[in-house]
Amino acid sequence: MKSGERHDAIVIGAGIVGAACARTLSRDGLKVLVLDAAFAGGGTTAAGMGHIVLMDDSPEQLALTAYSAELWRELTPVLPRSVEMDPCGTIWVAEDDAQMDAVREKQRTYAAHDIPSETLSAARLHGLEPNLRSGLAGGLLVRGDAVLYPPAAALWLLEKARENGATIRESCRVDEIINGAVRVGTEVIEADVIVNAAGAEAGTLAPALPIVPRKGHLAISDRAPGFCRHQLVELGYLTSAHVMTNESVAFNVQPRSTGQVLIGSSRELVGWDGATNRRVLARMLERARLFMPGLSHLSIVRTWTGFRPATIDKLPLIGQYAANQWVAAGHEGLGITTSLGSAEILADLVAGRTPAIHAMPFSPMRSAVAAA
Amino acid sequence: MNTADVTITIDGRAVTVVRGISVAAALINDGMHTFRSSVTATSRGPLCGMGVCYECRLEIDEVAHRRACLVTVTDGQRINTGQRPRQ
Amino acid sequence: MTADVAVIGAGPAGIAAATRAAQAGMRVVLLDESPRAGGQIWRHRTTAGLPKMARQWIARLAQSGAIVAASTAVVDAARDAEGFVITCERDGQALTVRAASIILATGARERFLPFPGWTLPGVIGVGAGQALLKAGTSFRGKRVVISGSGPLIMPVAAALSHGGARVLFVAEQAARSTVMPFVLGLMTRPLMMVQAAAYRAAFMRTPYRFGSWVCAARGDGHVEEVDITNGHVTTTIACDVLCAAFGLLPNTELARLLGCAVAYGSHVIDETQRTTQDGIYSAGESTGVGGVDLALVEGEIAGLSAAGKDARAYFRRRDALCALSRSMERAFAPRAEVLALARSDTIVCRCEDVALGSIRREWTPRQAKLYTRAGMGACQGRVCGAALELIYGWPPDTVRLPAEPALFSTLIANSATADVPLGQGD
Ligand SMILES: Cc1cc2nc3c(=O)[nH]c(=O)nc-3n(C[C@H](O)[C@H](O)[C@H](O)COP(=O)(O)OP(=O)(O)OC[C@H]3O[C@@H](n4cnc5c(N)ncnc54)[C@H](O)[C@@H]3O)c2cc1C
Ligand SMILES: Cc1cc2nc3c(=O)[nH]c(=O)nc-3n(C[C@H](O)[C@H](O)[C@H](O)COP(=O)(O)OP(=O)(O)OC[C@H]3O[C@@H](n4cnc5c(N)ncnc54)[C@H](O)[C@@H]3O)c2cc1C
Ligand code: FES
Repeated sequence: MKSGERHDAIVIGAGIVGAACARTLSRDGLKVLVLDAAFAGGGTTAAGMGHIVLMDDSPEQLALTAYSAELWRELTPVLPRSVEMDPCGTIWVAEDDAQMDAVREKQRTYAAHDIPSETLSAARLHGLEPNLRSGLAGGLLVRGDAVLYPPAAALWLLEKARENGATIRESCRVDEIINGAVRVGTEVIEADVIVNAAGAEAGTLAPALPIVPRKGHLAISDRAPGFCRHQLVELGYLTSAHVMTNESVAFNVQPRSTGQVLIGSSRELVGWDGATNRRVLARMLERARLFMPGLSHLSIVRTWTGFRPATIDKLPLIGQYAANQWVAAGHEGLGITTSLGSAEILADLVAGRTPAIHAMPFSPMRSAVAAA
Repeated sequence: MNTADVTITIDGRAVTVVRGISVAAALINDGMHTFRSSVTATSRGPLCGMGVCYECRLEIDEVAHRRACLVTVTDGQRINTGQRPRQ
Repeated sequence: MTADVAVIGAGPAGIAAATRAAQAGMRVVLLDESPRAGGQIWRHRTTAGLPKMARQWIARLAQSGAIVAASTAVVDAARDAEGFVITCERDGQALTVRAASIILATGARERFLPFPGWTLPGVIGVGAGQALLKAGTSFRGKRVVISGSGPLIMPVAAALSHGGARVLFVAEQAARSTVMPFVLGLMTRPLMMVQAAAYRAAFMRTPYRFGSWVCAARGDGHVEEVDITNGHVTTTIACDVLCAAFGLLPNTELARLLGCAVAYGSHVIDETQRTTQDGIYSAGESTGVGGVDLALVEGEIAGLSAAGKDARAYFRRRDALCALSRSMERAFAPRAEVLALARSDTIVCRCEDVALGSIRREWTPRQAKLYTRAGMGACQGRVCGAALELIYGWPPDTVRLPAEPALFSTLIANSATADVPLGQGD
């Protein structure tokens, strides 16, 4: 059954990525329809930490995160309080001298891209974050990084899209993407541009897209204002995120604007099993306690899991992959950060403009991905 | 002081109370109504009396967020509600 | 420590279950987060004031060989290859209990419904009045108003009066006409009638009104006056304490964490008190609110069943009491008016201070949480979630580990299989 509706673009998924795409496409004057199987911001976007962070696993990753972080900074003055944007910065924590060398290396990389950062001596580190254990070697402070509350950010982006004339339909699962249309049950809705922004489920919807769920655990404490002041991440986090092992944990702790402490993080490849794995959770908490012994005295009010939409080369898929079919998904553990940059690139490609950063590395047709 | 009594400190003030009662009872008997300040800074005190509602949370012996209705007073116990300045 | 049977909750149901299982030769451990065994009704600082039946059961428990661990909160429980691993917290330390089977006797909590002023200190539950009294709170000389529902009002009003409180007014929200069938059913149980009369005698001079309820509380930093209404006339009463709660509600968090089915808010059980999960039994208020006699017989059945013994001899007594409890549920169901007391600026989620007006009826509990923080706080929706189930007809939200807030260190120990010695409780 063909629905009478006609849209320029359909965005599948109202996570932070779909919401950001709906905003940029509608800003370009397209008549946009957003469909979500459940509700806005309730997927991986509701499970993540909301750290707006620069990452330099690859030059392309650094380019996309830096571009996106800049876009978040531009928005900061207009974001409502509910988004809880807190420019708290990141401290990359080094355990020993070898990691301090890596810190200096990282600082040089950032400097080469005009990204300000400061190396911290052990004493400076302790002064900034007294709850870190003594005996750490130092760290790197990246002041431009921030923390926000992802579901509220997604809602705000959708609100902006709505102001540009977009329509959002929730509890509406797309069963199939067909030529120039999507099928929802028996209903067929047509559009020139179909954007698959279904997050970790993007590959379920379009099996040609190599996206797999990479599970993560998080735990949140009761309020403990001032316990930490920056997002604290161990330098080894990059390795944990980079190597596609079956199971890894890293110290990654975040101050929430409520005064709570959000504790991560783990990575597992276990398909769609979302149950809390007590052993992995304990490993993750133990890792965090190794860096911050005082965590022992905080109480945890809840734990949960989420699925990062992961690709083989840790870069998202942004662009066209078939006639009328586009994708903006596969942002792994960085989708909150990179949502804004991805949405600009997607809108540029749809409009035939040249994106602000090279888009080829993110092409869904790139060789690394095609080979997978 | 009776042997049936224990001495605790409430916000820095020494108070003698009957052994075996709960911290919540000790505070109420001492005339305190407010156990904690809510996230929008309104006064709260015990609601359920049985460990369910978490309205009676306060700091006991330096551990934050303990449920006063579930903890029994002990000699030398330090209770801090954050309502009055510590002495 | 290792046990054959771990009983969670040391109220009447848990005490009876632990006693029967231990008498049948099982190694039993009885866990409760309160400083003392006894549950909501038998928890006393001294046993002197307890009814005979309570003293008998407490003596039986002591002789049975069951180990009692008080001040021990169960924060997680899971099945593994060898049985169950139960993670507890006691004095800030993690304890791991291994058991071949579990009896859930986690009882009930009160159902709170929001109304303007309900967050003021001095506004407490009905059972809460009794619980605080038993924990040593003095109500001497305090002016108390009670607004509640169900038989629980009677012992609470009596106990507060005995404790020196001036109980000024007792409001039962149910109409006399809906309560009558239940009262008539009690005629076949003269002991209960005698008990009720004795309670009433203790607060003889206090008005006790059917079909009336609290609709607002006011005060400066503490409750000072309350409005009681019958839907037509509203009266203001000055007081120091308002006891307001609308019946009881089974605690189902642990059961849901363990994958046991819950229907109509209670654990689903078969005639042996077994839940829908092998090796897990449930007894007492957690299977539906039915009073102490029913809790005891259910506990006995669960204890015997968990020990592999035949408990059929107890079925008839239980089934008769169950019928009575269903008639009680019908009699005291909350009326529509008490579900509509909150205004749009009335806080519903007390942990996160979320007002009713910012929570939309068409949402799911998960949306309310993500969009407004309602239910995200320390009590994890135990208060607001239960209220919204009635006000908006919502389903309960999912349970996640820990079953109640637990120390970081406890959750690290959670994966460890190492035994931690468990001392004797009081
Ligand atoms: C533990 C953890 C920590 C993280 N921390 C951070 C961090 O600190 N910083 C950061 O930048 N990123 C972080 N992330 C990553 C980030 O959360 C994700 O990359 C991002 O949320 C992905 O957004 P999305 O919109 O692609 O996916 P989602 O939020 O999952 O949105 C996809 C939407 O599509 C809908 N959908 C799916 N299938 C269909 C269909 N067939 N029809 C209709 N709708 C459909 C879903 O209902 C869902 O709402 C973290 C992730 C995890 C798991
Ligand atoms: C506040 C209140 C007051 C009452 N007053 C009366 C009265 O005066 N007269 C009367 O006839 N009936 C009264 N009742 C009803 C009476 O309590 C029940 O009929 C009877 O006590 C039911 O016994 P139970 O064992 O099922 O539950 P309970 O007595 O409620 O016992 C359950 C026990 O489980 C423990 N528990 C729960 N979760 C955990 C956990 N995660 N870890 C460790 N321990 C846990 C609790 O601390 C509690 O001690 C009252 C009920 C309530 C809730
Ligand atoms: S009064 Fe409710 S938890 Fe203590």
